[in-house]
Amino acid sequence: MMRRLPLALFLLALAVLPLWPGTPEFWITQLNYIGLASLVVLGLVLLTGVGGLTSFGQAAFVGIGAYATAWLTTQQAWSPWLALPAGLAVTALVAWALGAVTLRLSGHYLPLGTIAWCLSLFYLFGNLDLLGKHDGIAGIEPIRLFGVSLASGRHIYYLIWALALLAVWATRNLLDSRPGRAIRALRNGAGMAESFGVDTGAYKIAIFIYAALLACVSGWLYAHMQRAVSPSPFGLNYGIEYLFMAVVGGAAHVWGALLGSALVLTLKDQIQNLLPRLLDTSANFEMIVFGVLLVVLLQHARDGLWPILAGWWARIAPHADAQREPPAGAPALPRRARPEPGAAVLEVAGLRKEFGGLVAVRDIGFAVRAGEIVGLIGPNGAGKSTTFNLVTGVTPATRGSVRFMGRRIDGLSAREIARLGVGRTFQHVQLLPGMSVLENAALGAHLRGRAGIVAGALHAERASEAQLLNEAAIQLRRVGLGDHLHEPAGSLPLGRQRILEIARALAADPVLLLLDEPAAGLRYREKQDLARVLSQLRDEGMSLLLVEHDMDFVMRLTDHLVVMDFGAKLAEGPPAAIQADPAVLQAYLGGIDDDLPLTAPAAGGAS
Amino acid sequence: MDTTIALILAQDGIVNGAIYALLGLALVLVFAVTRVIFIPQGEFVAFGALTLAMLVDGRTPATAWLLVLAGAAVVLMELARARRTGLWRGLPRTLLACVALPFFLLWLAPRVAGAGAPLWVNVLTALALVVPLGPMLYRVAYQPLAEASVLVLLIVSVAVHFALTGIALAFFGAEGWRTPAFVEGSVDLGFAVWSGQSLFVVGTCAALIAALWLFFGRTLYGKALRATAVNRRGARLVGISTGMSGSLTFGLAALIGALSGMLIAPVTTIYYDTGFLIGLKGFVAAIVGGLASYPAAAAGALLVGLLEAFASFWASAYKEVIVFTLIIPVLLWRSLSSRPAEDEE
Repeated sequence: MMRRLPLALFLLALAVLPLWPGTPEFWITQLNYIGLASLVVLGLVLLTGVGGLTSFGQAAFVGIGAYATAWLTTQQAWSPWLALPAGLAVTALVAWALGAVTLRLSGHYLPLGTIAWCLSLFYLFGNLDLLGKHDGIAGIEPIRLFGVSLASGRHIYYLIWALALLAVWATRNLLDSRPGRAIRALRNGAGMAESFGVDTGAYKIAIFIYAALLACVSGWLYAHMQRAVSPSPFGLNYGIEYLFMAVVGGAAHVWGALLGSALVLTLKDQIQNLLPRLLDTSANFEMIVFGVLLVVLLQHARDGLWPILAGWWARIAPHADAQREPPAGAPALPRRARPEPGAAVLEVAGLRKEFGGLVAVRDIGFAVRAGEIVGLIGPNGAGKSTTFNLVTGVTPATRGSVRFMGRRIDGLSAREIARLGVGRTFQHVQLLPGMSVLENAALGAHLRGRAGIVAGALHAERASEAQLLNEAAIQLRRVGLGDHLHEPAGSLPLGRQRILEIARALAADPVLLLLDEPAAGLRYREKQDLARVLSQLRDEGMSLLLVEHDMDFVMRLTDHLVVMDFGAKLAEGPPAAIQADPAVLQAYLGGIDDDLPLTAPAAGGAS
Repeated sequence: MDTTIALILAQDGIVNGAIYALLGLALVLVFAVTRVIFIPQGEFVAFGALTLAMLVDGRTPATAWLLVLAGAAVVLMELARARRTGLWRGLPRTLLACVALPFFLLWLAPRVAGAGAPLWVNVLTALALVVPLGPMLYRVAYQPLAEASVLVLLIVSVAVHFALTGIALAFFGAEGWRTPAFVEGSVDLGFAVWSGQSLFVVGTCAALIAALWLFFGRTLYGKALRATAVNRRGARLVGISTGMSGSLTFGLAALIGALSGMLIAPVTTIYYDTGFLIGLKGFVAAIVGGLASYPAAAAGALLVGLLEAFASFWASAYKEVIVFTLIIPVLLWRSLSSRPAEDEE
């Protein structure tokens, strides 16, 4: 109850302000501008704060929305309500084209690209005869809603804020959904997400378009509020200002968008009012103060002000986080057909990887059968992890073949391999530390749901979402993390994080599970539990390939071992035979004839 | 279009391209060493040109006061750091560079300005006033965030650009300035007549690029910067401090920016905000070069210069649209020729 209090007060104040005649007209205008900016900044929160894609060019999309409706309503006599979808369509098209070109680029190219096309579009607005050149287009009709003209600031206020709050609602919904989990993985876990079948490229373009569409709506409202458009409010400076608002408010927080817009616009106005009085000058001091404030803010509170504010409130009104238990009644997800026990699931033949002159993996071959645990062992630098990456499509092989259930998968992308039913964990744990354990595991089930961005934003996919969360919870309980569902993944100790990775891989319902050092960092008891889970999976018909250094663990658990040394296969066979193999002993423990005689301990403690 | 016009346009394009090349080099340098995408580079162009214009006009440029202020900010930050860490050793040098030097220049500037001194004295004074701002800017705005992501540094750059543009407007006003030409007359090259000023600009740019090449190839500091560009942590492990390489790089960038401004001020009217667009065109050049390769950035700069010159003849209203849209096919080409890279964070 206390948690909802600020929200309820905020909504109440928003609703009542324009009704009360004592509210100064200036406040209404200012609030209208804040609402308009919030729409754009919300898009940036999703795009930049969550997705990690920086755009300085959102003002250009505002411009497209504003000019589209200005031209269509004044020159073509369309209704604003028809001009809005037309503007949205144009914006989506432009954003798709720009995104397809620039989003593939790494980090810093994208912001530079956005600066460039923002400038291009700005000069285009200012030079097209069609759009009235630098004078722009005037005489735009106000929007009419149910016969009421929204010409006055107090009237359009309600439309602006209804749309802004709708956008807040949709963006929050989106982030808490299947596509939302994928979007939250874009920034720091794109490679990992690809391994669970997330098409990161498509999601990048999708959030780029989403942000552009919000900007376009803001432009549409702006044009009909101002009743005129000209190029200047769509220039690069405004694009930069939107990004400022996002950073000031807290770029990764939906409510930060509103806070940032309100703060920046109020501050700007105050500076414009105050400074000339203080300094007796008409110069553009707000730019200086702004720039300096932003640098100071970034140096001291890089995550913006919203997290600080939320932290204070949490201290004043402590609350247990609303723990959404996944609905237990959700029907279980359909499972993949399992191959017959003993059938070859993975066949690797003549696999080779060269990095320049270095042969990391030398013509290696082995097979994993259904219901079998195969261990891939070898000293450090033997090429185990490279082999892993070749099998999972992370690195392309130089030559050789990999077959999964009889089908060639070498040359396929990590995403396609995941789709066929190969799950994996990572040597260096790749979780999203800010997301809960449950959500991390649900990311593994990504391919088992179909909800898209629109369904996510409207929360129309709750039934399928419940199934995904339910599946994630089942797998988490199975590996023994049932008591930690709602903790942030980053708060788990390293060993548990590895277990979480296994649960995430299991959530994908794989036929073949590839585990990269699953027992590293676990305590003895935890290792025993893990071994029990893995042998249970084997009994259910799953095939497992694991890289592991803990010989005790490997010898007890596996049915078959492949030993690698210097990129080549050294030996292969059942664990007992491997333990006695002289070549293996030599590789692990040094030569028998070496200067330092070893009374070779057969059951190796080598790790 | 006949040959004469084409040659004139080509001359314009080459002169501007030479300037963009210089700026592009500076941007590549700053990015490689500090990971800062140095958007305020353009402000140094404007500060250089306008400071020189003020001196020639017989006024004391307000840059002198800015230098005192920036120096004071550095000293305050250094004092805070010294109190926190207990390391007071570097302080005398800081005081010398950030208090003594600015006050000396504040004393000197009006004496040069009023004296009707030769142009080169004015140029040197203007450089002395503008270049120290580079390292000071690095210390105040960027060094506390040296380990932050490229994105945070980029946003800082934009904020600094905002602040410096505002300062430029307050100091130099909204009117445009030109400075006297370095070289009068023109030279007949046989196939075309080139103005002496154009040749001087191209020659100076070439000389500067050669000097930079020597600096990076032959001097210890140059090699230290290259080492930092290749591997920041490795460079630090062998004793190259991040602060030193950052300050040095920003000093060089400020020098290149200010000089570029002085070189074009005789042919282009410079306003307080002109630098931004000029700097961005240097950027387009640097992006053509992939923010990594110096020769490619230089070639990109010539391309941008020529494209701009010819575009201004055929479709002058769309000049900027054409130049900034150029970046999109270039980005497309880069995105097709390289595997999509993971964002580093």
